[in-house]
Amino acid sequence: MRRVVITGQGAVNALGMSADETMRAMAEGRCGIGPLEFKDVERLSINIGGQIRGYRAEDHFSRQEIVLFDKFTQLALLAAREAMEQSGLQVTDALSRQAGVVLGTAGGGLQTQDENYRSVYEDGKNRVHPFVVPRLMNNAAASHVSMAYRLQGPSYTVATACASSNHAIGQAFQMVRSGMTDVMLTGGSESMLVFGGIKAWEGLRVMSKDGCRPFSANRNGMVQGEGAAVFVLEEYEHAKARGAEILAEITGFAMTSDASDIVMPNKVGAVRAMQGALADAGLNLDEIGYINAHGTGTAANDRTECAAVREVFGDHADALRISSTKSMHGHLIGGTGAVELLACIMALRDGVIAPTINHEEADPDCDLNVVPNVAQEAAVSAVLSNAFAFGGLNAVLALQKV
Amino acid sequence: MTTSVKDQVVEIIAEQAVLDPRDVAMDATLEDLGIDSLGLVEAVFAIEETFDIQVPFNANDPAQSEFDITNVASMVAAVEKLVAQKAA
Repeated sequence: MRRVVITGQGAVNALGMSADETMRAMAEGRCGIGPLEFKDVERLSINIGGQIRGYRAEDHFSRQEIVLFDKFTQLALLAAREAMEQSGLQVTDALSRQAGVVLGTAGGGLQTQDENYRSVYEDGKNRVHPFVVPRLMNNAAASHVSMAYRLQGPSYTVATACASSNHAIGQAFQMVRSGMTDVMLTGGSESMLVFGGIKAWEGLRVMSKDGCRPFSANRNGMVQGEGAAVFVLEEYEHAKARGAEILAEITGFAMTSDASDIVMPNKVGAVRAMQGALADAGLNLDEIGYINAHGTGTAANDRTECAAVREVFGDHADALRISSTKSMHGHLIGGTGAVELLACIMALRDGVIAPTINHEEADPDCDLNVVPNVAQEAAVSAVLSNAFAFGGLNAVLALQKV
Repeated sequence: MTTSVKDQVVEIIAEQAVLDPRDVAMDATLEDLGIDSLGLVEAVFAIEETFDIQVPFNANDPAQSEFDITNVASMVAAVEKLVAQKAA
């Protein structure tokens, strides 16, 4: 079977404007969550989030581009640019015809929807900008990345709520592994920090008003973030032949459905997804040194996820480390697995395990090494990245050091 | 004829339980009534809309919320208190 490696990474989120800045913030345990700033925020009961501070579209894109790019597209393009530059990949004619881009997003162009609904409903306007549809469509980010790098192979968007990015990365991985293409760009993007986006989540009453504290006994809900991360996946021999720097290898992927509840997590589905990824990678339990948790900071997720890890790993559960970087960048919904993949790469490449910050009180239901508050150093050769979405859709990736 | 807060709350709970309001016992728990977490969130929303109040309720950990969901009577009492606070 063909091997699939990561040769480029790019990211934009509350922790930084690049993958390196994000990783550094993760290693330092820095919190990117703070007061939200956008129109009508005073009408929300949830006022915090992992917002990208000081972001100005004009600093990165021309007027003509901004007219066409919702913020979720802008963030995806910035992440893709960094990933492509780092990979040093030249898109030849032959590569151009086979390479594509699969991105995850849950909400798509929500900023555009919010602005334009406000304009027609609240302001009573009867005319909207002609590009509302191409801006808001869920596949806009994937399409613009394909255009930016002339990627004419399989390109599409995956929308599986909080598992979108892991599903996207997993599909791109399978395409390269199966021989469909030597290169894929993949990851995810989300920009839901607008009045309508947060108001909707407020209704579900699972958001914290004061902070994201995964695995901590005093956790009281999730906190949203925004951002994107994009990776260049490349067939191993292809990468080696051109002397590319290899960041990590993706060796396994599994997806399962709980088929039980639209919002409550289910241990069985999570267990099967982790076991599936291990089997797909041909990894033994004791080879896993780190799990990047879904770790949303809700009572239900964290309890269920820890129980699932115990069931899968048995005694080895006490030897491995598991952390939730959502405590720092917030929950990026459809983009979250992509940004969290950086923590996996950091663990494998640098031997630095990102912490779960804001951990204040031990919870007997989460009695694993959750890397509380401070990063830990550990030589790790294999990791898992968990994503368990609303709707019971689970996607787990297995990565290894090369 | 004015409907009491109690009757209106019971009616909201009955709707979620798919029961006739007369069959909702005051000492019944949400579990007795077969109301799950989503049903509870909807009921809280309906209560807020009906009385134009804010119910201090966090679905993330309902038992820890200020809003006492022990049984129907405790929820009625909590809503009565919130409605009285609003009037004051």
